[in-house]
Amino acid sequence: MPLFLNDEQQMLHDTAKDFVAEHAPVSHLRGLRDANDPTGFSRDLWKSFAEMGFTGILIGENAGGLGLGHVEAGVVLEEIGRNLTPSPFLTTAVAAVEALKNTPHADRWFPGILAGDTVAALAVDERAKHGDAVSTRAERAGNGFRLTGAKQFVTHGHVADLLLVAARTAGGDHDSDGVTLFAVPRDAAGLTATPERLADASIAARVTLEGVTVDADAVIGEVDAGREPLDRLLRAGRAGASAEMLGVAAGAADMTLSYLKQRKQFGTLIGSYQALQHRAAHLYSETEVARAAVLKAQQLLDAGSPHADTAVSVAKAQTGLATTLAVQEGVQMHGGIGMTDEYDIGFFMKRARVLAEMFGDTNYHADRLARAAGY
Amino acid sequence: MSDLDTFRADTRAWLEANCPPEMREPVRSDADICWGGRNFQPSSPAQKQWLDRMAERGWTVPDWPTEYGGGGLSAEQTKILRQEMAAIRARNPLNSFGISMLGPALLKYGTKAQKLEHLPPIARGEIRWCQGYSEPNAGSDLAGLQTSAVPDGDDYIVNGQKVWTSYADKADWIFCLVRTSRESKQGGISFLLFDMETAGVSTKPILLISGYSPFCETFFDDVRVPKANRIHDENKGWDVAKYLLGHEREMISGMGLGGRGANPLVAGAIATIGLDADGRLADPLLRASIALFEVRAQAFGAMSERFIDELKAGRAHPAQPSMMKYYGTELNKTRHELVMAAGGSDALEWESERSNGGAVSRGWLRTKGNSIEGGTSEIQLNIIAKRILELPGA
Repeated sequence: MPLFLNDEQQMLHDTAKDFVAEHAPVSHLRGLRDANDPTGFSRDLWKSFAEMGFTGILIGENAGGLGLGHVEAGVVLEEIGRNLTPSPFLTTAVAAVEALKNTPHADRWFPGILAGDTVAALAVDERAKHGDAVSTRAERAGNGFRLTGAKQFVTHGHVADLLLVAARTAGGDHDSDGVTLFAVPRDAAGLTATPERLADASIAARVTLEGVTVDADAVIGEVDAGREPLDRLLRAGRAGASAEMLGVAAGAADMTLSYLKQRKQFGTLIGSYQALQHRAAHLYSETEVARAAVLKAQQLLDAGSPHADTAVSVAKAQTGLATTLAVQEGVQMHGGIGMTDEYDIGFFMKRARVLAEMFGDTNYHADRLARAAGY
Repeated sequence: MSDLDTFRADTRAWLEANCPPEMREPVRSDADICWGGRNFQPSSPAQKQWLDRMAERGWTVPDWPTEYGGGGLSAEQTKILRQEMAAIRARNPLNSFGISMLGPALLKYGTKAQKLEHLPPIARGEIRWCQGYSEPNAGSDLAGLQTSAVPDGDDYIVNGQKVWTSYADKADWIFCLVRTSRESKQGGISFLLFDMETAGVSTKPILLISGYSPFCETFFDDVRVPKANRIHDENKGWDVAKYLLGHEREMISGMGLGGRGANPLVAGAIATIGLDADGRLADPLLRASIALFEVRAQAFGAMSERFIDELKAGRAHPAQPSMMKYYGTELNKTRHELVMAAGGSDALEWESERSNGGAVSRGWLRTKGNSIEGGTSEIQLNIIAKRILELPGA
């Protein structure tokens, strides 16, 4: 398979590009933020994502979805990134769908996701930095389990219908075995999701679980073997966040290049200065390399390759580097107006920071690759 | 099974049967690299056997047409062949500027007669080529070159000097940029081929900071070259030169990729520094530097794959080789800085047997030229800015 989009993927790209730019450009985010919108995204837009078929990209055709892959999901995510569109697409239609796929939970939750009604949130992180430890406990209670612990950085957690919660059913905090993944309705007794607005105006919840009781059928996959669906969730989430970041980088770079071609100082276009040209060309190079790494990861995920996990970490780490550079150069090359709230480039910087942190930052993934390589 | 699956299975079986075990060992020194040519002295019978077997199938140049000594393979088949060779760590049977640089330009701009004369000997490794581009006063500003070619009947008389001619002292033929008109800078350049044994050609190796002399100064004193050896029209040589430079940049960019399988940088660092109780490299700051470098190196591996796929499909931006060259060479310099840091004072030894004659430090110094030769990093960034990003001229 060549490492570029095929004709069908290119068509989806064109459709998504037009659709997102028309219905949810950066002004849409600005509007929600200025209105202090308590949801964090537009439910109408989520509905129209469903009508476009986007929410069913990773859902099999037998379940009413499109039966496509991570490349196609990434195509949509890149446009979400380019337009800074607030959307539950990544958590719900990508990460949650991957975790629930081929489990009994699919029948319950996929129809709502396909219809654009259901939102899922990922209650994975327990500390300020993403890591592999799981401390939240799930103890056997009657026919089910009782969950106790705290999670943070749970995007859309305050309005989600469903939370995917990683909890420990055996072993110590750092053990790989003994983790179980649960599907927990947000209205479960003892679950509190407190919304916190983040720097980029998105809303993530701090979630506390105080003896939340769930039935045995809330388990996703097998008890004590939740690493498997959790890893699927994380691989999809990381590849997806990389694609979205790539869109943020591309959007910031486009804005910056346009500015270099119109802003004059000393009577000349600033884009004619070699000092800025070289920085823009270096940024282009970093971003192109990141684009290749992201597509490689998506293709390997779709092929079910054993190398997908490594490729996903490479993609997340490299897009973290490239996108951080893109937004920093964006603000710097815009000069003073880059620091103003009125101008959009600052929104790109804030969104990039949130996505860089999500599911592990560049250092986390570089460390992960090093450990896998035996150093 | 699809046709490609069949091709993969057949290729795997053929390579298994025909690639000598010695040719699956890592390259340890220059002697392990096969450059071919009239004066080629194989370092082992296996090296010659591997070259001949691959050339016989046209697989030294798998995607060239069979009539010119190639394998006639499609882009997909070529990719499979490369993957299968990499899987058994087969050495490249033939390293050649004829393959990587001149060949593509001849295929595009040569006449049928020129192709038939030059391409099959390149494919078989019989003629070794060198490149006469840079001059003492024409480096980054290559089009300012002054070596002249004055018509004389059916010939040109060539006078002038080239510099940084890679392996000119070992090459059989040269492809050379000469000035045939002073009316126009880029539009006064022609592209000539001639035998290095022609009267009036002389070479002088340049000693580099690495202690090696891979480059020469090359002098032309009334060298008579038939006009039939000119590629493309008179004064149209710059088109050929630019096309060929794109291929040179691709080749140099590949240096950032490193090898597959065991990672020599990591293995070297572990050997010198060791692992701590948690299995991590015992120098945490060097470990972090290596890990972040590896992210870029692996991402660039994907970029190289993407670039080749786009190139074969005719979808690559014509200036994309500049990006590849810039990124690949800067990455390679970083790799060698890390190799030196990992090696410590062991890596500083210059002559000892233990250090294989200072291979690590000499290799490190050699990479410093990567971002200069074939157009400096700064020239590549200029090209990206103007041709890809379409930023305004100064």
